[in-house]
Amino acid sequence: MTLIGERERVEIRKILGTMKHPVKLINFTQTFECDTCLDTRQLLEEVAGLSDKLTLEVLNFTIDTARAAEYNVDKVPATVIEGDGNQRIRFYGVPGGYEFASLLDAIVLASQRESGLAADARAAVALINKPLHLEVLVTPT
Amino acid sequence: MALENPNITADAIEINEYPHLAQRYRVMGVPKTMIDSREGIEGALPENAFVNAVVLQVTQPGQSS
Repeated sequence: MTLIGERERVEIRKILGTMKHPVKLINFTQTFECDTCLDTRQLLEEVAGLSDKLTLEVLNFTIDTARAAEYNVDKVPATVIEGDGNQRIRFYGVPGGYEFASLLDAIVLASQRESGLAADARAAVALINKPLHLEVLVTPT
Repeated sequence: MALENPNITADAIEINEYPHLAQRYRVMGVPKTMIDSREGIEGALPENAFVNAVVLQVTQPGQSS
């Protein structure tokens, strides 16, 4: 059974059609003690199937520890959005509900290599000159 | 912001799936944004206000916007 319906597929294809450069999704998962890992993996597999520019790599969090450390991933399920060498946008948990739209948005922005920020915001962000970790805590509804 | 500046890493976390984080970060409502695991920004702000609040926290820690 698929998680994404036929009608949604058409819409998602349209959104991903605005991608410019290739993007890779890296999904860290594990097989037990993770209620949402399976759904996350299936959802990402279905999304990745909807664009030629989108690929998915699935890694086992408990086995591929070196990769997890490389990406600084500390919990599952994790989805790293990698475009143009940038691996600094990640989703933790099932990217469902409202977060699904955010996921698609992030994929397209990473692909266009364009933050979409206004000039003022861009100038302010440029002032940050040391590592900064932002965690946006959300719920799916 | 993470697309603009290579110093920035941005995570979106579905907090229901990580109850230990909800507790540690004292999440009473969403969205809430943690900056280097501290000093959260509560609620959704307009783009400019959000960016300014983050930059203020980073450049002048301890002061609120």
